[in-house]
Parts: sequence; C-alpha cells; structure tokens
Amino acid sequence: MAKTENERRRSSLFFRFHIDLPLLAGILTLMLISLFVVYSAGSQNMDMVVRQMVRMGLGLFVMLLVAQISPFTYQKWAPHIFVTGILLLVAVLLFGDMGKGAQRWLNLGIIKFQPSEIMKLSLPMMMAWFLSKYTLPPSLKNTFLGFIIIATPTLLIAKQPDLGTSLLVASSGFFVMFLAGLSLRVLFGLVISVGAFLPILWFYLMHGYQKQRVLTFLNPESDPLGSGYHIIQSKIAIGSGGTEGKGWLQGTQSQLEFLPERHTDFIFSVFSEEFGFVGVLLLLSIYAFIIVRGMQIASRAQEAFTKLLAGSLTLTFFVYLFVNIGMVSGLLPVVGVPLPLVSYGGTSIVTLMASFGILMAIGTNKRLLAST
Amino acid sequence: MRRNSYQMQDHTAEAHLFARRAITALIAVAALMGVLIANLYYLQIEKYQTYQTRSNENRIKVQPVPPNRGIIRDINGNILAANEPSFSLEIIPEAVTDMEWTLSELQLIIDIPDEQVEQFKRIIKYQRRFKSIPIKTKLTENEVAAFSVKQHLFPGVAIEARLNRHYPYTDTMTHVIGYVGKINKRDLNRLEREERIKNYAATRSIGKLGLERFYEEQLHGTTGSEEVEVNHRSRVLRQLSIEAPKPGTDLHLAIAVEMQEQAKKSLRQNRGAIVAMDPRDGAILAMYSNPSYDPNLFVTGISQKDYSLILNSKDKPMLNRTTQGQYPPASTIKPQLALLGLHKKLVTPETTVWDPGYWRFPNVETQRNFRDWKVGGHGWVDLVTAIKQSCDIYFYDLAYRLGIDEISPFISKFGFGDYTGIDIHEEYKATMPSREWKKEKKRQPWYQGDTISIGIGQGYWTATPMQLAMATSVLVNKGDVIEPKVVSATSVDESISLTPIKKRNPVVVNNPKHWDTILDSMYQTVNAIDGTARAAFVDAVYTAAGKTGTAQLFSLGEDEEYDASKINERRRDNAMFVGYAPYDNPSIVIVVAVENAGGGSANAAPVAREMMDLYFSMGLANKRNISTEIINVEETELAEENNGG
Repeated sequence: MAKTENERRRSSLFFRFHIDLPLLAGILTLMLISLFVVYSAGSQNMDMVVRQMVRMGLGLFVMLLVAQISPFTYQKWAPHIFVTGILLLVAVLLFGDMGKGAQRWLNLGIIKFQPSEIMKLSLPMMMAWFLSKYTLPPSLKNTFLGFIIIATPTLLIAKQPDLGTSLLVASSGFFVMFLAGLSLRVLFGLVISVGAFLPILWFYLMHGYQKQRVLTFLNPESDPLGSGYHIIQSKIAIGSGGTEGKGWLQGTQSQLEFLPERHTDFIFSVFSEEFGFVGVLLLLSIYAFIIVRGMQIASRAQEAFTKLLAGSLTLTFFVYLFVNIGMVSGLLPVVGVPLPLVSYGGTSIVTLMASFGILMAIGTNKRLLAST
Repeated sequence: MRRNSYQMQDHTAEAHLFARRAITALIAVAALMGVLIANLYYLQIEKYQTYQTRSNENRIKVQPVPPNRGIIRDINGNILAANEPSFSLEIIPEAVTDMEWTLSELQLIIDIPDEQVEQFKRIIKYQRRFKSIPIKTKLTENEVAAFSVKQHLFPGVAIEARLNRHYPYTDTMTHVIGYVGKINKRDLNRLEREERIKNYAATRSIGKLGLERFYEEQLHGTTGSEEVEVNHRSRVLRQLSIEAPKPGTDLHLAIAVEMQEQAKKSLRQNRGAIVAMDPRDGAILAMYSNPSYDPNLFVTGISQKDYSLILNSKDKPMLNRTTQGQYPPASTIKPQLALLGLHKKLVTPETTVWDPGYWRFPNVETQRNFRDWKVGGHGWVDLVTAIKQSCDIYFYDLAYRLGIDEISPFISKFGFGDYTGIDIHEEYKATMPSREWKKEKKRQPWYQGDTISIGIGQGYWTATPMQLAMATSVLVNKGDVIEPKVVSATSVDESISLTPIKKRNPVVVNNPKHWDTILDSMYQTVNAIDGTARAAFVDAVYTAAGKTGTAQLFSLGEDEEYDASKINERRRDNAMFVGYAPYDNPSIVIVVAVENAGGGSANAAPVAREMMDLYFSMGLANKRNISTEIINVEETELAEENNGG
C-alpha cells in the first residue's frame, strides 16, 4: 500500500523537483495571509507588500535550491559548516556592526548578514550528525558532549546579545537530543539545573533592557507608557478583535497606530484584531498542518540523521510560532521573535525557507524511500 | 559505540524510540497550542468587553467645543463686537515630544517673533497639558499652506480654524464694549473659584473690560462636546458625535454708532467725555471717552510696545472718563441745590438775592470775598435768573444757609458719591463730601468755607459724567431715580427680552411744583435771551433745556483775573454741560465734559447741540421700546471692582 503510494508520488513532476506539495500548500497559504496583513498593518502601503513578495520569492527560490541537495551532502558537510558558523559568530563579536544596541551583523562589503541565522540550520545538522554516528539513545558522555555543542553557539549569540535567536538555536539543538532519546533522568536534571541557573542569568548575564523586558512581562500595567506599552496595546488589539474581528483594514489599534511594531513582531495582533478568534483558529490550524506534515516527513525518513534533522527543524518552527504568539498575547516576555512566514521582512524568512528546503529534500529523497 | 553494518536490530529499536519521542513531542506541541488558544479565547471571548472598551478609550476622545460668543449690536443692528473666523497655529503640549525643537523648527517655516515664543512658553506652564494653545493667530493663506505641507513633522501641532473677537468700530466703542483677551492665570484662578472652569475648557479668551467683562457669563454661552477619533499622536481624524454648544446671549444697545462717531468728532483733540441717556429707562444712548484706543490690539495679545504706548500716554486713553472721570460738577448741579432750597423753604421762586459780584460771610469781620464769575455781579437775582445766568452769589448764599448737613444727604439721593449701578465694572464713586467724609479722608474738621464752594459744585465735590446724567434724569423724571444701563435688550435664538428698569428710592420734595420751577429754569437757560446756553441751541428744531458749567481747576487769588492764555493748558477750566430734550417729553439727557476747554457755554453746550441734532435727525427718539418691567433697587449695587483692566 505504502509502496504504491510512494511509486505514484515518485513519478509526479513535483516529486522529481523535490517539492513536498502539502508543505508547499501550507507555506503559500501563510504567505498569502501575510501579504494581506502586511498591507493592513503597513498603512496600506503597496510598496511594503511588493517588497514582502520579493522577499518571499527569494525565499521560495532558496527553498527550491536547498531541496535539490541530497540530505547526505548535508550530513557530510555538517561539521564543517558548524565550525565555520562558530568562527563567524566569533568574528561578529569582534568586528560586527552595531544595530539597536546589539552586534548581530557581519558586513562583507557587498552584503550584511547575521551568522546566527546560519546557526539555526547548522546546529541541528551538527547535532544530528554527531548523535547519529552512535547508537541511539546517546550515551551519557555523548549527551554531555552534545550539550557543549549546543552551548557554544547559544552563548555566542546570547552575548551579541540576541536572546530570541539564541533561544531558537538552543531549542533546535535540544530537539535533536530529545528526539534521539535523551535520558529522561538527564532531562529532569536539566530542568532543575536551568532553574538553578536562572538567578545567575538574571544577575550576571542579562542586559538591562532584557531585564526590563522580563519585568514588564511580569507586570505590563506598571509602565503603561514605557516598556509596558507594547504588550498592553497588543493585548487590547487582540482582545478587542472578539469573535469575528473588526474586519480587514478596520482594526483601530493597528490603523490608528496605537500598536507598535505592527508589521513585524506584532503582526499577529493586527491579524487577531481584524479577523478575531475565528481567524486565529484558522491561522493556527494552518501552522498545525505544517508541523504535522513536518513530523510525518521526519518519521518516514529512514536514516537517524534525516529523522533527527527533520524533526528538529519542524519543532523549532513551532517554537518560533509559540514564542511569537505567546509574546504578543502576554504569556511570554517580549524577546523579538517574528511570526514565521507572516511577519514583514528580516533575514529570518530566507533561513526559514531554507529549512523547509531541507525538509523537502528529506521528504522526497528516493534512496530514503526506496529502502523501506 | 560506533555504528556499523550489523546493527540492524538497533536500527529498528531506534525507529521505535524516535517514533515514541516524536509522538511525545507532538503531544507537547498540541498541549502548548492548547495553551495559546486558551489564552486567546480568554482575551478575545471572555475579556472581549474589557478590551473593546479599552480600544475605544484609545481612539475616542471627548473634546470640548467652544460656544460662539454672543454678538453685541447697536440700536440699528450694526455689529459692534463680531466673531471673525481666522486660522491659528496651535500646539498641544502633551503631544509634543521635544518642545524646544518644535518651536525652533516652526520659526523656520512661519514667522513667529521670539517675544511670542517666550509668551507661549509662559502660558503653557499653567495651562492644562492636553489643551491646545495658540502660538500664532491670524495666519495668512501662505502660512497655512507652508505649514500644511510639513505638518507630519510636527506631532501635536495643528492649524485650527477659530472665531476671534473683532471690533469693527475700533476706538469709538472701546469704553463701552471693552474687549476680550487671552485667559490669564488670574482669570483661571477666578474661574476655578467660581466653579466655571469646566465651561471654559475650549475657550481661549475672556472679557477683560467693559460689557465684554460685565456680561462675560451671558456672552460666553455653554461649551458643548464632541467625540472624535484620534490616532496614537492625538491627531483628530474624524468626528463621531457632537453635543452642540449653546451660543452666548446677544446684547443689544440703545447706542447708535453714529452718536459715538459724532461724540468723537465733537470732542476733537480734547480730553473729555460725553454721556447720553434715555431718562425713561436709563438706557445709555452715547458714551464716549476721549481719547480712546483700538480694542482689537488686545484680543490676541497686545505687544509690549503698543501696550506701553497706550498705558503711558499723557492723555490716559485707558481711563474711562464717562464713569471714571472725576470732575468738579461746577454749575451743572445748581438746579438740584435750588430744588433743595425750595424743599427746605429757604427760598421761593420769588425770593431775590443781591449780587454785588462777591459774597462774604455775614457777621464775620475779617474774611475773604467769594467772587461771582461775572465781574460786578448780576444785581438782584431770583431763582430762575440765578440758574439761567448761573449766578454764583445766589448759590453761595443758599449753600451757606443750607449747610453741608442738609446738602450732603439730599444730593446723595441723586446718585452722587456712589456707583451709578451701570453695567460695566470700570467706575469710580467720585466724591459727595460730608462732615464725616472730610474727617475720615482729610483728617480735618469741616469748615464753613468748604460749604460755600459746594454751592457752585466746586471744592471737594466731584462727579463723573455718568453720575451727572443720572442726577439730571432725576430732575427730568421729577424724582424717579433710574440707574443707567448700557444693555437695553438681550436675545437668545431670535427671542429678544428688554432689560428691566432699575429704580432707586425716589427723591421726594414737599411740593411737586418745585420740579416744574427747576425744569423751567433749565428751559430758560437754553431758550431765554439771557440764558447761558442760548447761543449753542439757537434755531434747534427741538426744544431743549439744560445747564452749563465751568469748573475751575485751581483757585485764583482774591484779586487775580482768570486769563486762559496765561495758564498752563492742563490747568485751564473744564467746560461742562448737562441738558435734555425734548423739553415736554424728554427722551435724551446729555452730559458733556471737556477738560481744559474753557467755559461751558462756549465749549460744552455746542457739543451737546451737535449730539442732540444728530439724535433727532436720525429719528432715534421714537425708535426705542421702553421696558415696562421695573426692579426696585433698595441698596445701591456696588461695582464689583471699581478699577477696571
């Protein structure tokens, strides 16, 4: 049964070009929604919509390109890419450009880019490569080494400082460990030690503005005109959307510009205000569809490396989503994570599309399927 | 353990392990999704009302809408105080992030003098932060255009179309109407105290002088409110609903603009005042103080230069001479004194007095002569002659026999020495002296010589032209004491109501015929061949009556001759005249006071003639509706503050 389906799929045109149709459908739907919401959030500025379309086009192109590369090539190059990525992160700390009080960008003359973006893909690859070399579940020693691999880029990125990205990078590495069968005892131990680490984080590692974000998160109304303003206005936008929303282009919080960062980090608030709870459920089900499809691809993959990589990329995608929505609806502190595929701009869309390219490459690799 | 080819068993186990972990992960994902959805359900469904309200509070602001200030019109409907639309550049301090930057950048676009910027900075210190404050008024079209292009650079700054008070007749009406000016700190404190501050939420100016000040509450109206949608920078985008303001009450005067213009023309370069009043109801028909000034300068804030020019002028244009000019009434009050003589039976119409040109105390050996204005005297004079020729000796004698204790209380009933009750706040009481008064003010006893000067309206006695108009009306009305009023009618939405007549306790004499005797003497003054005002009223088409007066401003030595050409201009005699017409059915009482002009017959009476001529030629005599509502005023209503502006 599975075989015939695989044969049918293998013969299709999409399959030959390594395109996973359900995944593509989900992505395109989100992109379409994004264009409408960006138009509304950006004060009906068509230029912004066009720029977003160009960026999406670039993302789709990168996705297609990445999808053509065999997963085994990634496996072979994973350590090299990772080491290069670490070196670039060190370079950023030494020579990087400052922007908004953080060193994130590396200026290569022609283009500026964020090496931390590479790490979003490179770390899970590295972890999958490392753990799949040995029998799963990983031994205690390998678990320990794995945490060192995760910690290195995480701390480098956190030092920039870019808390949002370091969180995403760390979780992508952690998901590989988890899917590889990380001992539950170690997991609990980890939870406890993270708990112990929090005071150290607070007193020695966090910057003033990061602490402020956390404090504001705990009680946004304490500073309604200052740092609490974002979150209060965002909750007002979401809450006033009600069941059916105020209608496209009718959201007063966004149209009258009470909501800050409308087209980027807080675009979900614009969507919620204009399309209400019904729209929110619809949007979340599209995300759920993509996540389920990603996990399906992971479970169908035959090699430990591809399974772990696909699973980790999918779960990281969920983290994006969860952190963003949690943040704008007041469940999590504001850490500056965009809503995947919907928020306007950023290099993140290209990285994200590259990760979907990898997922598609894994999902459509003939050798993997043939071995069933 | 290193992976190798024969660990197929492990491969299956690994697949199972992965599947278990993947399912665990998916369950976790589903649970976290559930948390998100539950939270969104809480925000959007459970707390919808709360957030809906807060969303509206963000975007909907209720702002006050100023009422249109009441219009002031003259008897012919000419608008004396109008509301003119004009554009002004206004700033809401609360919405401006960097005030210094904003102000200096604005100065690059629109010409705003530094002085005005400084003034603005002072004003915003005590105004409410959310109130829009003008920084420049009366913008030109070019300025409006220049700013509109760059408006987006200036959050909190906007061009507002507002109504500004305008006085089209400039200086002819200033002392009647007064003016409005910017609300200052003192005004704010007063409004706060009187709990009227709320009604001024959108108002920028307030009556500072004259009718504008006296009738502030009625003219202002009731502030309305509107709901508007604003963006995050508080810029108003559209109106959602409005509760319309109630416009202020319109005021109607009995004054004709032409009368004011005539008064200005007649007084020429002289300092002085003219008051005309309808004796039937006290309505003011003309009220002009010379020199005057342009009230429009004060509406949007007068410049320091203009202000000191007016304030420091030697001619004191800010003094309202009609109610604040304290002149010796001179011979114009002889009729009232004669009436008292008749009332007290000290004289009869037939009693005669020998006038040798001087008067001296009987039974006293060494003392000075009190001189008559006419060298050599008038010979034997009776009451009518004494008035029509203004014989001083007759009244020295009468005053001597009456004594100050009789004169002071009786004369006070005519309104001397007290506020007239006129509806402006700028008024002085002037002085009706008495024994007590002198003791208190001068710390000296009353001397008999003081009484003699009172007999010819000199000495300590001073009166304002308004008091003289009121006192003359008492004669015309044969005892009825009617307070003057500037506003003769008010109207709201086309429905006009006449203001009531305010009557005080009447002056009662033992024989009503005395009134006729006095009025006849005033008739003779104007119409008899030897009347002092005859020359001024010759060939008039109406019959007038009156009394001239010439007030000395300093005492001549006993043997000195008065020679105008030798005396400093400011110490020359004041010319005075009081009169009324038509004699049988008076509808106008007029008072003219011309400072340092010389004799009243030659210099004041002709002015009154010009005024009356115009009054009758315009047919104003029959134009008025006289109110039938009478209010009895027991106590004199005091002016709130006698020192205006």
